[in-house]
Amino acid sequence: MALHVGCLLALLVMLYPLAWLLATSLKPADEVIASLNLLPSHLEWSNYATALDGVNDVSIWRLLGNSLLIAGGAVLGNVISCSLAAYAFARLRFRFRGPLFAFMIATIMLPHHAVLIPQYIIFNQLGLVNTYWPLILPKFLATEAFFVFLIVQFMRSLPRELEEAARIDGCGPFRSFFQVVLPLTRPALITTAIFTFIWTWNDFFTQLIYLFDPEKFTLTLALRSFVDASSTSAFGPMFALSVIALLPIVLFFLAFQRFLVEGMASSGLKG
Amino acid sequence: MTTTAIPAEARRAPAAAPKRRPRREREGAAWVFLSPWVLGAIVLTLLPMAVSLYLSFTDYDLFSPPKWVGLRNYVQMFTEDPRYWRSVATTLTYVAVAVPLQLALALVVALALKGMKHGKGFYRSAFYAPSLLGASMSVALVWRAIFNDGGTVDNLLGTGGWVNKPGWALLAMALLTVWQFGAPMVIFLAGLQQIPAELYEAAAVDGAGKWRQFLSVTVPMLSPVLFFNLVLQTIQAFQVFTPAFAVSAGKGGPADSTLVYTMYLYDRGFVASHMGYASAMAWVLLLVIGVVTAVLFRTSRSWVFYASEGDR
Repeated sequence: MALHVGCLLALLVMLYPLAWLLATSLKPADEVIASLNLLPSHLEWSNYATALDGVNDVSIWRLLGNSLLIAGGAVLGNVISCSLAAYAFARLRFRFRGPLFAFMIATIMLPHHAVLIPQYIIFNQLGLVNTYWPLILPKFLATEAFFVFLIVQFMRSLPRELEEAARIDGCGPFRSFFQVVLPLTRPALITTAIFTFIWTWNDFFTQLIYLFDPEKFTLTLALRSFVDASSTSAFGPMFALSVIALLPIVLFFLAFQRFLVEGMASSGLKG
Repeated sequence: MTTTAIPAEARRAPAAAPKRRPRREREGAAWVFLSPWVLGAIVLTLLPMAVSLYLSFTDYDLFSPPKWVGLRNYVQMFTEDPRYWRSVATTLTYVAVAVPLQLALALVVALALKGMKHGKGFYRSAFYAPSLLGASMSVALVWRAIFNDGGTVDNLLGTGGWVNKPGWALLAMALLTVWQFGAPMVIFLAGLQQIPAELYEAAAVDGAGKWRQFLSVTVPMLSPVLFFNLVLQTIQAFQVFTPAFAVSAGKGGPADSTLVYTMYLYDRGFVASHMGYASAMAWVLLLVIGVVTAVLFRTSRSWVFYASEGDR
C-alpha cells in the first residue's frame, strides 16, 4: 500500500510539467506568471485560435504537414533499409560479416557531431540544404544502426524451421525474406516505425541546421521562434501550439505503449 | 552466436544438398540486402569522418576553399580559447550530475515496481512517458517557464528563476534529463525480471535479509544491464543539446553557464562559420567519448558479472 502511495506521489510530480503545459495553454494572459494555481479562472480558448492562425505568416497546417512529411519519410526509410540490413546480418553468410557487424554496433555509439559538418558540406554541395532530403535520405541508407540492431535481435529469436522449409521448397533468400521472415518480424518493425516517428518529430538539431525557410519549417522549428519570447502575452498561444505539437506523440504513446516499452526493454538485454 | 550450425554442416557435405544455390550466388544476395547500409556507412559515416578529420586541420567557412593550417585549430582550442574550456567544464559537470541521478532514480523505481502485483504495467508506462516527450521543444519551453522568474519553482522556493543564475541554470537543465529516467528504468525492470527467483529463495534459506539479497543477488545479476545503461546514458549526456538550447533560450547563458560542448560546436561551426574549428571540436569529442567508453569497458571487467555463456 505504501508503495502505491509513493508511486502515485512520484507520478504527480512527474506529470506536473505536462499538467502545467495544458493548464497554461488555456489561461488568460494575466494569470500565466506568478500564480501557483494551475486552474485558470476561465478557459481561454482564444489561445488556440491564435495558435491556429500560424507562426510568422505560415499556417499551422503547413507546419503540421511539413512535420508529418519528414517523420513519414523517415519511418518508411528506416523500416525498409534497416530490415534489409538486419536480415543479412541475422541470417545470411557473407565475407567480413563479423567485422562489419562490429562496425555497425560501433556506429550506434558514434556521436552524431563527428559526421555532422561533412554531411552538411555534402548536402550543401548537392544543393540540398533547405530541402527535406538531408532529413529523409539518410534514413533510407540504414544510418540509424540502433534499429538495425533491434531488428537483428528480433530475427535471431525467430525459429529457423520455417525458413528451412521454405528453402527446401525452393525459396531463395529474397522470397524467404519477403514471405517468411518479414511478416514474422512485424512487432520489431512496428517498434522501429513508432520510435522513428517520435524521434524525428521531436528532432530539433538537424532541422535547425538544414532548414531556414519559414515555409519549410516544422512545428518544432516554429516553436523555437518563441523560445526568446519574454512578454507573457505570447505565453498562452505559445503553449497552445506546444500542446498541438505534442499531441501526435501523446496519441502514439497511448496507442502503442506496449510496443514502445517492450522495444526499449529488449534493447538492453541480450547482445 | 546461433547462426553457425547449419552452414558449417553444409560446407562439409555440399553434395548432400543439391537444391542449395551456389555459395557465390547466396553471398551476392547478402550484399543486395546490405547495399543501402553499405552505401550509408561509406557516404554518410566513413567519408564524413575522414573529411572532418581533414577539415580540422584547415580554415574553412563553407564559401572559399579550405586552407591548410596544420594544428592551428587544436592549439587555439587548447591554449587560447577560454570559452572552449568553459564548455568542457560545463559538459563534464552536467554529465557528472545528470547521469548518476537519472540512473539512481531509474533503479529505485524499477526496484519498487518489480514486486508489484497490481498496476505495474500502468506505472511502467506512465513513468516511461517523459522519456518520449522530454526531447520535444514543447517540454523544453515548459521547463524554461517553470524555472524562470515567476515560474513554479520561484513561487514555491522563493529562489528566483533558476534559468537566470549561473550554476542553477545547469541544474535546471540536468533535472530535465533526470525527469526522463523512464527509458533506463524500463531496461532495469526487464533485467530484474530475468533474475531467477531460485537465487533469492536460496539466499533467503541461507539467512540473507532483504538488503543482503540486494547486494549479493540483485547487484551482481543486474550489473550487465547497469553497465549498458551507464554507457548509453553517458554517451548521450556528452552530446546534450536541446535542453541547453531551451533553458538558455538558445544562448548558452547566463554567462555561458549552460554553453555545453555541442552548443559551442554549433556556435563555432554554424553561427560563426568556422567549420574547421568546429570539426576539430567534433574530433576531440569523438576521441573523448571513445576513451570514456573504453575506460568503462575496461573497468567493467572488475564489476560486471556475466552469469553464464550458455544462454547467449
